[in-house]
Amino acid sequence: MSENIPGFSTLAIHAGAAPDPSTGARATPIYQTTSFVFDDVDHAASLFGLQAFGNIYTRITNPTTAVLEERVAALEGGTAALATASGHSAQLLCFHTLMQPGDNIVAANKLYGGSINQLNHSFKSFGWGVKWADPADISSFEAAIDDKTRAIFIESLANPGGIVVDIEAIAALAKAKGVPLVVDNTMATPYLCRPIEHGADIVLHSLTKFMGGHGNSMGGIIVDGGSFDWSASGNYPLLSEPRPEYQGIVLHETFGNFAFAIACRVLGLRDLGPAISPFNAFMILTGIETLPLRMQRHSDNAKKVALHLSGHDKVKWVSYAALPEDKHHSLQQKYMPKGAGAVFTFGVEGGYDTGVALVSKVELFSHLANIGDTRSLIIHPASTTHRQLTDEQKTAAGAGPDVVRISVGLEDVDDIIADLDQALSG
Amino acid sequence: MNQDAYSDAYISGILDEVKTVAMIGASANNVRPSYFVLKYLLSKGYEVWPINPGQAGKEILGQKVYASLEELPGVPDMIDIFRNSAAAGEIVDQVLASGQLPKVIWMQLTVRHDEAAVRAEAAGIKMVMNRCPKIEYGRLSGEIGWAGVNSRTLSSKRPTLKSGFQHRGLSGNKSS
Repeated sequence: MSENIPGFSTLAIHAGAAPDPSTGARATPIYQTTSFVFDDVDHAASLFGLQAFGNIYTRITNPTTAVLEERVAALEGGTAALATASGHSAQLLCFHTLMQPGDNIVAANKLYGGSINQLNHSFKSFGWGVKWADPADISSFEAAIDDKTRAIFIESLANPGGIVVDIEAIAALAKAKGVPLVVDNTMATPYLCRPIEHGADIVLHSLTKFMGGHGNSMGGIIVDGGSFDWSASGNYPLLSEPRPEYQGIVLHETFGNFAFAIACRVLGLRDLGPAISPFNAFMILTGIETLPLRMQRHSDNAKKVALHLSGHDKVKWVSYAALPEDKHHSLQQKYMPKGAGAVFTFGVEGGYDTGVALVSKVELFSHLANIGDTRSLIIHPASTTHRQLTDEQKTAAGAGPDVVRISVGLEDVDDIIADLDQALSG
Repeated sequence: MNQDAYSDAYISGILDEVKTVAMIGASANNVRPSYFVLKYLLSKGYEVWPINPGQAGKEILGQKVYASLEELPGVPDMIDIFRNSAAAGEIVDQVLASGQLPKVIWMQLTVRHDEAAVRAEAAGIKMVMNRCPKIEYGRLSGEIGWAGVNSRTLSSKRPTLKSGFQHRGLSGNKSS
């Protein structure tokens, strides 16, 4: 099988998931156990010393979770992956592996609001700095990079504005500066865009969204692209220096092109602890089996809804990269030609009050703070997630009083459109 | 042989066929990659002859250490080289000159000498370069997936178990 590279849909179902060796179970079993017995003392020592492959404790590895990890690594074209309890904890472990106190990352200023909070506030107490740059202006990244910069961080498709980022241009800058490019691919998923093929070194996901896809399980993942030389600069001591946690092992030397994923696991996950539950890993795995079908339908439905809203007399503007007149349309055609995903924003006539009325009157859409569900979701940021900000701050954050964000679900698109129409009327 | 892209069948054929491995550059330091690989190959049932002049006469993991290829008790099926690329090329020529030919010469990750590989293959020796037998065995048996590593293999067949709970084997290397 491996002599021919399998297609994406085949990988989405099979990668990582051979029949269970003990029982022959064909679906991946839920190994709902905290711990695993050792064959003998020497086997235990080999496992603890990273000399053998195998399971010790579900905070470090678990056979159900491992299938999820290999599956996503295969879908993204990476060498290895590490699943975590949430997308936020994937970011924590990724940057913990890259940064020492006093280091910084250069991040796109168009990110999921939760990520902006994490970088701006929580990371400060670790001594990790963040410098913001504008993905519409590559030179702003170059200007922000200094000798303490350890990574560039962007979203491939930025939440919520439908912004498509020029990954190859930023990857070229990262390579020239000798820092890895970290890409959050949550909104696009590898079905629409594979950032490693465009030069990304590390890919992150909130699996909670489209990968799991059913709004039932939290999860995150770090995918190692296998492309970055961790030993070239001396700036990544967790990978290039002997580790006292493991009697002096040098992880990059020992694990080669999947050393980053191993470091995030054996230094980050082991010691910081945000492990995903095997049950959640199973739920997300089941979701991923239909990822290609779902993402295509999400994108097709969203495009129809966006086209309808752009001609609606209660709608001032629609920001969705699949629309031909959208300013990100050419980048969308390059990086995610199959579709622009499910999430976009639009502006309503009548501003704040119309936005509040819309989310109150919908009957099919669910008013909540998530994206990437089978169900259609809606939120009016100015009255919810961005409520505490001034009007000026709201507008700067892309959450002005007229802005509504939707995540278009998998229902019949006529029903989705009819619900928005009735909620916008009167 | 395309030295950039070995087929899975080629690698698993080698790992199934080989019984004895001479490991040049085997370390007694238990955090060095060569020590990891030696320990792993022993656990999978291979007979491994460590070669390290500085440790000659001593034992690593219970195996007698030899000073050089000439001192081995026989001709190994495979020579696994943990040295730099230039040294690996010299070792290949030394092996060819000796007339005592192994079935396989394997050079570890980052070690590669294309000219020497051409000479070895002309003498009927199978070559693998810039690969690790532990990673390849773990990949093809499915064990490496436990660490979330992309094995780049798909299968609808049950993996082969070896004796012991957390041990998998290759297809032709069944439970002992």
